[in-house]
Amino acid sequence: MLTIKNLRASVEGKEILKGINLEVKAGEVHAIMGPNGSGKSTLANILAGKQDYEILEGEVTYLGQDLLQLSPEVRSRSGIFLSFQYPVEIPGVPMINFLKASVNEHRKFKNLAPLTAGEFLKLMRSKKEMLHLDTELTNRSVNEGFSGGEKKKNEIFQMAMLEPKLAILDETDSGLDIDALRIVAEGVNALKTPENATILVTHYQRLLDYIIPDFVHVLYSGRIVKSGGKELAFELEEKGYDWLKNGNEI
Amino acid sequence: MSIISEKATGTEQMVTLFEQNRGILNQGSSPILNRMREVSFKRFAQAGIPDFKNEDYKYTNLKPAFEKNYGQELVRDSGLINLNEVFKCNVPQLDTHLVFLVNGWFYKGNNPGAELPDGVVLGSLEQIANEHPELLQNHLNRQAGLSVDPFVALNTAFAKDGFFLFVPKSVAIEKPVQIINLLSSDQDLMVTQRNLIIAESGSRIKVLVCDHTLTLTSFLFNSVTEVYVGDDALVDVYTIQNHHNQSTTINSAFYRLQHNSNLVTGTVSLHGGLIRNNLNVTFSGDHAEASVNGISFTDKKQHVDNFTVIEHASPNCLSNQIYKNVLDDESTGAFAGRIHVARDAQQTNAFQRNNNVLLSDKARMQTKPQLIIDADDVKCSHGATVGQIDEDALFFLRARGIGEKEARMMLMNAFAHEVILKITIEPLRERIDELIEKRLSGEISRFHEQLFV
Repeated sequence: MLTIKNLRASVEGKEILKGINLEVKAGEVHAIMGPNGSGKSTLANILAGKQDYEILEGEVTYLGQDLLQLSPEVRSRSGIFLSFQYPVEIPGVPMINFLKASVNEHRKFKNLAPLTAGEFLKLMRSKKEMLHLDTELTNRSVNEGFSGGEKKKNEIFQMAMLEPKLAILDETDSGLDIDALRIVAEGVNALKTPENATILVTHYQRLLDYIIPDFVHVLYSGRIVKSGGKELAFELEEKGYDWLKNGNEI
Repeated sequence: MSIISEKATGTEQMVTLFEQNRGILNQGSSPILNRMREVSFKRFAQAGIPDFKNEDYKYTNLKPAFEKNYGQELVRDSGLINLNEVFKCNVPQLDTHLVFLVNGWFYKGNNPGAELPDGVVLGSLEQIANEHPELLQNHLNRQAGLSVDPFVALNTAFAKDGFFLFVPKSVAIEKPVQIINLLSSDQDLMVTQRNLIIAESGSRIKVLVCDHTLTLTSFLFNSVTEVYVGDDALVDVYTIQNHHNQSTTINSAFYRLQHNSNLVTGTVSLHGGLIRNNLNVTFSGDHAEASVNGISFTDKKQHVDNFTVIEHASPNCLSNQIYKNVLDDESTGAFAGRIHVARDAQQTNAFQRNNNVLLSDKARMQTKPQLIIDADDVKCSHGATVGQIDEDALFFLRARGIGEKEARMMLMNAFAHEVILKITIEPLRERIDELIEKRLSGEISRFHEQLFV
């Protein structure tokens, strides 16, 4: 589904990604772990199409297409979903208008007719229940006045509405209490199918207690220095990232 | 060395025009209009058309507009206007008491008087000044006459007609009164329009004013509106300005608020070559409130200047101003807001905010708050921002599949929405949201350009 080959990228002249290689297949869950500043969020943002980065080298193929050539909106419509680490507040844009526009853009891309108001509300209701989302939140402006936990839940709610092929969850666990974390994780697990894939970007192993990854990659200083199964996460939790710094890089 | 222009200055042209047409101006007009002419004319001739040396006109140069040669419609033209034609031009269609004016002259539309409550007068200023001078003689020019603005004096010198609205004590008009000001001519035209609204104590009215150009000829539109808001009265005045690029609009409004009254204004400058809005609120009674709002959209070489003066002359009043501007291309904007709290106006609350979004590198915005506070127990604040579209919000929307153009539109609508929310007529809010979308998508500009091809 997604192949990243030797991806190098910089921001304001500083090289952040120094040659990333990654292969994600349908049905897989990949966890990318690493300390602060290792380049995790940069990778997530580049995949979603944020334009603040300069690509120095490498290629990214998504479903046979050159991903880096696509605009963020086309990536989204093609099935890529980024759950933001810091979801923005957009005062004056009602959640419901935003979601409707988003869902219908996705449908248009697939040559489907837009949802009627009734169909849309029905879809929204069922997804809201799944995430135990406060009904009142969708009557507000996008993320405006939402708590940290509500913002993260709202991201997963949007994911549920759009049913992406490749979901990239950037630090979705940060700022969540244990109950919210469980709800979010249950949501992500419920959306998992053999046809879609998930990339979890996280600092802590905590989220991986709830969403079990097939692969764990350790990102350090712009490179994936170690890959393994889910046991790698436990090892990392036990020994800390210092373990990698002390000459254990592969 | 001074260079003497061969061309007559705008001031000279106006002086000549007045002197040549004195007879026509006075003819058919009520003495209460005519008696103000000479003194106002002198005041204008002395002051002349201001330039940047006049602090109040620092950011808006009206001299070029006055150097063109305009015709004047000093007597009422038969001017038949097809109302269907009018509504094609994006004038919001609502359930209203509708009247229209063409080139400053009042025409009765579908006889709105028939449905209005007893005692309400809605009609031609010229006619009512002649037939019932007692209705307006205590209010006409009582506020504007105190103004030092040369264009207000010019308006008073040339004023022949406009609309007059009188709402008697304790009468509420449920439906909004909609006034459509049309500019339509086969030659370049200067239009003077003079309006007066009197809302007696305890009355309630909502007024919607729609300014529109119907022909692509140049217009110089100089309008003055005085509004008297009596004790406990509730008055809303919303103005939608939608003129083409060859038009210059000077729109001066004066509001006097009496005890415990409430005013809401919304000035939506949708489109226009050059627009200058002078808005004055004077609190003459205590415990009155004014919510004064404006939003403008400019592109190409358009210019919009909102100049507000809030005079807190009485204690315990509240004024709240929000003005916003969205500027694209090489357009320019200005906001100057003066708040004066008089010595005795204790317990005044006066707030002002001006937020601006620049969509291009060449667009420019000038913003100047001015607080003059002579009382010692007041709450006043002001704030101004000039910025760009929030790139993070734009990326967020795009990352959810919404195209860049639509996403920008959403964000601009959202920016404007805070001002639109101040409008208390709900269907009007929706209409204005639609108009803003049309404005931002270029549809309104295209409409103006197609007028005369």
